[in-house]
Amino acid sequence: MSGVGVAAVAAQVLVVVLGTPLLTGLMRQVRARMEGRAGAGVAQPWRDMRKLLRKTPVTPTGTGPAFRVAPALLVATTAVAAALVPLASTATPVSGEADLILVVALLALGSVALALAGLDTGTAFGGMGASREMTVAALVEPTILLAVFALSIPAGTTNLPRIVEGALHEPARLASPAGLLATAALAVAVLAETGRIPVDNPSTHLELTMVHEAMVLEYAGPDLALVELGAQMRLTVLLGLLASLFAPWGIATGASAAAVALGLVLFAAKVAMLGAVLAAAEVFWAKVRLFRVPELLAGSFLLALLAVTSSYFLGGV
Amino acid sequence: MPAAARGDRRGAAHRDRPVNTVATALAVAAGSAASGSAASLISGRVRAAVVGVCTGVSGVAGCCAGVAALGGARWSAELPWLLPLAGVHLHVDALSGLFMAVAGAVVAAVSLYGVGYSGHGRGGAASRGVQGVLPLFALTLVLVPAAASVSTFLVLWEAMALASLLLVLAEHRERPSVRTAGVWYAVMTHLGLVLLLTGLAWFAAGAGGEDFASLREGAGDLSPAARGGVFLLVTAAFASKAGAVPLHAWLPRAHPEAPSHISALMSAAMVNLGVYGIVRVGFDLLGGGARWWWLVLIAVGGLSAVYGILQAAVSSDLKRLLAYSTSENMGLVLIGVGAAGLFAAAGQRGPAALALGAALLHVVNHSAFKALLFCAAGSVLRATGVRDMDRLGGLRARMPVTAGLFALASLGAVALPPGNGFVSEWLLLQSLIHGLAVPGLSTAIVLPLAVALIALSAGVAAAVFVKALGVSFFARPRSPQAAEARESPASMLAGMGLLAAGCGVLALVPGLLGGALDRAVATAGLTGAGPLTGGGLRVELDGLAARLSPLWVTAALAAAVVLAAALPRLAVRRRSRHVRRRDVRLWDCGGGSPTPRMAYTATSFAEPLQRVFDDVLAPEQDVDVTPVRESAYLVERVRFQHAVPDRVEHRLYRPVLAALAVTGRGARRLAGGSVHLYLGYGFAVLVLLLAVLAVGW
Repeated sequence: MSGVGVAAVAAQVLVVVLGTPLLTGLMRQVRARMEGRAGAGVAQPWRDMRKLLRKTPVTPTGTGPAFRVAPALLVATTAVAAALVPLASTATPVSGEADLILVVALLALGSVALALAGLDTGTAFGGMGASREMTVAALVEPTILLAVFALSIPAGTTNLPRIVEGALHEPARLASPAGLLATAALAVAVLAETGRIPVDNPSTHLELTMVHEAMVLEYAGPDLALVELGAQMRLTVLLGLLASLFAPWGIATGASAAAVALGLVLFAAKVAMLGAVLAAAEVFWAKVRLFRVPELLAGSFLLALLAVTSSYFLGGV
Repeated sequence: MPAAARGDRRGAAHRDRPVNTVATALAVAAGSAASGSAASLISGRVRAAVVGVCTGVSGVAGCCAGVAALGGARWSAELPWLLPLAGVHLHVDALSGLFMAVAGAVVAAVSLYGVGYSGHGRGGAASRGVQGVLPLFALTLVLVPAAASVSTFLVLWEAMALASLLLVLAEHRERPSVRTAGVWYAVMTHLGLVLLLTGLAWFAAGAGGEDFASLREGAGDLSPAARGGVFLLVTAAFASKAGAVPLHAWLPRAHPEAPSHISALMSAAMVNLGVYGIVRVGFDLLGGGARWWWLVLIAVGGLSAVYGILQAAVSSDLKRLLAYSTSENMGLVLIGVGAAGLFAAAGQRGPAALALGAALLHVVNHSAFKALLFCAAGSVLRATGVRDMDRLGGLRARMPVTAGLFALASLGAVALPPGNGFVSEWLLLQSLIHGLAVPGLSTAIVLPLAVALIALSAGVAAAVFVKALGVSFFARPRSPQAAEARESPASMLAGMGLLAAGCGVLALVPGLLGGALDRAVATAGLTGAGPLTGGGLRVELDGLAARLSPLWVTAALAAAVVLAAALPRLAVRRRSRHVRRRDVRLWDCGGGSPTPRMAYTATSFAEPLQRVFDDVLAPEQDVDVTPVRESAYLVERVRFQHAVPDRVEHRLYRPVLAALAVTGRGARRLAGGSVHLYLGYGFAVLVLLLAVLAVGW
């Protein structure tokens, strides 16, 4: 059990780290095709990453340890989250520790590190990005935790592998009103957490609108490569989390290597499909104003609250 | 559980002997506090050091007494000669031990810090009066949980309030705002005392005895209405001490204006005693109560958590921000206590014990990180003389150790994984989530809302501490004072180092506290539940699939950071090996190098949040444009004012104060100054009383 379990964790992290640029490439390609452009190809983020990593590392004047450590910390928190979330297998050595609240908090730690790095530069852009990022993060938190709450009611635990196994054994839970409402709430929260349209536009560099990009404006070379990798990994892990929670089919529950391999392939396929759908939807959406974002998040909060109450009243707990 | 058994055996052994650890330690604490107070008569630079050492010893002794009590030792004493009429009753059990240990540990570290802080000889913190009162304040912090009768409790409580009031006023010569803060604190703490006195006197009259043992026995004889009334009165007093909204108004005034080591003591040890009072009276003495008591408590806690952290978010005064964050954390604790009461009222001991354990653990964690935060803020204040974050900045390069310690404490305060705050908030969330199994419509409605409020306050807390750390310590200095800051002396750093070590231990091996927490929870009347198991490296909940191993998470994070920093360098071959990091200019949009004035300040950082919560915070803005005399279109001067007043204070306290002033002015007309008039009043009242007596009897 242990050997396959360890291998499953390692494989999850490796697939997320190595596959995440491909997901970004796929999403950009989908978007380009739908907008009538040829696109740069699915492997372009890989080539960008290699180019950035080869450059000389630079330190902007006046920045300190917070600025230097933040990119590695962002990648590290996401990698630990990728190890904990049952993306391909629920029978791993870490499955006892894989708490949903812990995963959410780890991802938040990455945002906090990046916001501090933005403030460390002492530029207007860095502070602006950090301020906006933390505002959005503060408002996303209640939605995410309420969705966690709603999901943990039928399973009776916040332990992720248990929730996923419960859903595998009892697929009717997923189609219940609580499950659907929680899906919708969590999906909006994921959009906000990963800085996608309509909350933030990952490809903008206009000071009026940028959030994440303003925060990391001073990064260059290998540091920028890590920041980009970290941000993309967050998207992969959160999409993977959504897929594990609401479409858990194919996730290995035993110690068989073949099941884990199948789980990995299905994980890649599910995330690729979610990414493609998100990219396609983004073509038709506009980014909302920063001060309209709270309305969007309040809506998703309401959905999460409805999910909790309906799961209480309909679930007959 | 072998640890518990060992502790109990030790306790039993101590009971047999005439002198036990708790008694000895408390005697040492009292003795060294008294000698510290006497040592304030020494003049010169040694005074602060001697007083600091004596206070520290008293803190260590208090902590030892608390730890012994947590280990299972019990001690009670009656000293009838010490206090006229009632005598002094003392009793130490695990619940008092927990609060005693926390207060003692905070006192020990903070008094070491205080040696350096007040040792520089300037200002009121080094004065003889302050140095004389400080050991006594520290002693009352340790002794209040040991009180075992109403009169002893009230005397110690009032001694603590008076000592802290004198200490708050330490710098009244330097800043007039200290006096205002002192008046607010004095009035509110004494209103609290009146409520407490009324509530406990009512309780004692109903129970037929004033020591805690007879209160415990007689609580059942009280009518439900009387029990509810006692609970409400006592809870209002204790919640005000804990800084719960809407009775918090003194806290954001008094804590920032006190010298920083006093702020640390008040915020990390004194406010805890408010929670202690609620737990002691609500659970232990009254033995639990109706649902509505606890719903009220949860509502107060939720309001404090969210309102406190929102006020902290818009505050640009570093110490005021920390004070409001205390309100927030006490709010979280009250939610936990309220949930515990709610579950206990439904007969569910397991979830109740878990919620109370989480609340008590959060008290411990909050004390560790808040004491450190206040001490670090005090170092900044000492080095720069500035509390306004908009004028700080760039301290990371000038005070690296202080900056590092502030960052560590902030990590605890934002409740994110490697920090100590995360463990207790995780437990609190677990207890609320699993509490949904408790039957009842009120739990189904209240618990999700409580989870949402905790999550919102945690999210805003992240923004608050990113602001506090990033704006005060990072970027470049925004004022000459900040540019000339120097690192604090060794004794201050050592004191903060102790607190940091405490934070680290609580963050990495919280399981060590498991047995002690279980015992404290059992003392509160939830016996036999024992929610936390698997002491040592992990926190595991009994009977629930929930497990947290902070040490492993931290190790995994550290390993991943090292890998993430190292692997890209190895994986990619650069054109030239061993490329040094190169210093480059900041991106300046081609407009010349950015100045500190362009950097985001605390006010600008908080602006989006303030806009989002506009309706709650009701900020006041005023733009005053003066045109030149010749033309209305040419502007000579623009004055912009912006303030976010405490809205609760504005709406709730102002009308009351205004009404009191009107009444006072009206009453002045009665006092005409003529002796005949006053004799007439006396006669009229006498006649009235006689008439009442004649009619009534």
